[in-house]
Amino acid sequence: MSGTGHAAVLVAAMAFCTILLRFLPFLVFRKRVPPYIVYLGEVLPPAIIGMLVVYCLRNTQVLAAPFGIPELIAAAVVLGLQTWKHNSLLSILSGTAVYMLLVQAVF
Amino acid sequence: MSRGDAAEPAGEAFDAAEAMDAMNYKVTNNKVAKQAFLKSLPVMAGYVVLGIGFGVLMHNAGYGIVWVFAMSTLIYAGSMQYVGVGLLAGGASVITAILTTLMVNARHLFYSVSMLRLYRDAGRCRPYLIFALTDETYSLLCDGGAPEGGNDDLYRLLVSAFNHSYWVIGSVLGSLLGSVLPFPTEGIEFSMTALFLASLAEQWTAAGNRVPALTGLICTLLSLLVFGPERFLIPAMLLITLTLTLFRGRPARGNEAGI
Repeated sequence: MSGTGHAAVLVAAMAFCTILLRFLPFLVFRKRVPPYIVYLGEVLPPAIIGMLVVYCLRNTQVLAAPFGIPELIAAAVVLGLQTWKHNSLLSILSGTAVYMLLVQAVF
Repeated sequence: MSRGDAAEPAGEAFDAAEAMDAMNYKVTNNKVAKQAFLKSLPVMAGYVVLGIGFGVLMHNAGYGIVWVFAMSTLIYAGSMQYVGVGLLAGGASVITAILTTLMVNARHLFYSVSMLRLYRDAGRCRPYLIFALTDETYSLLCDGGAPEGGNDDLYRLLVSAFNHSYWVIGSVLGSLLGSVLPFPTEGIEFSMTALFLASLAEQWTAAGNRVPALTGLICTLLSLLVFGPERFLIPAMLLITLTLTLFRGRPARGNEAGI
């Protein structure tokens, strides 16, 4: 856990960078956006989602009990529901509920 | 004297017309506000629930209501705030926080690009409109403006402000609930994983080109195996950017078909 000072710096850094990204086009690209930036804008978002999935699961116990089984089951619930119903809120709530049930009551 | 008499009725007529205008405008403004509120309702459901999740996670990580309020007000970017809980709890370096924010929120650059023209003449509320341009607000605003004859800038301002307030209210609520929830919250952190998994599934089924998503997954997994769970994020981001830049030479079939 970060101390108050460091945490405040981290929050400020996150806020500043987010604001910077939202304002930059209005300050810099008034007329034309460089093609490389346009390309990154298309391909980065899905790649970063992939990265964040791995980031979230980085501490999963794969080699010892419960061998990542709760994560696997809950992830299957989310992916299945989302592909079927396309309702993000439903998928997130169901997957989380299943995971909480598994880690609290089963494993 | 006679000049004054002549001018007075004209002045009254003008005032009356102005008052009528102001009244019509007020009625229209109420309509605009109503439309903005109704349109924002689906976002309310999502933001309040995800906000509560964020508040609870922050509570479990040892950060109270002031932190939650500050982050939701100032950062106002859902995915990044969820990741931010991990950065705070893990005592990440400032450079990691900066790079992660730039990568996770890179897409906002492109929301702003597509709003360049729309927001050009938005006047005094323009800075706030730009600040509050989240994924959901962007998609609502792309979906149309004020009702016939209404003030579009007011509509956009209200939609943005409604959504912002849902997010702040939800997360503050979560922070408060965190300490009084009647059931154990172990495992609630999976809501963040689920959020990104749902996004991944949605893009997987919608996108013609799955190379970027696969690149993200594979590069990050490799980086995790090589650098371990504490310091793999920066190498992963560099590897992703490098790989995607190398892929750029090749035309992406899905994208070409889309154009």
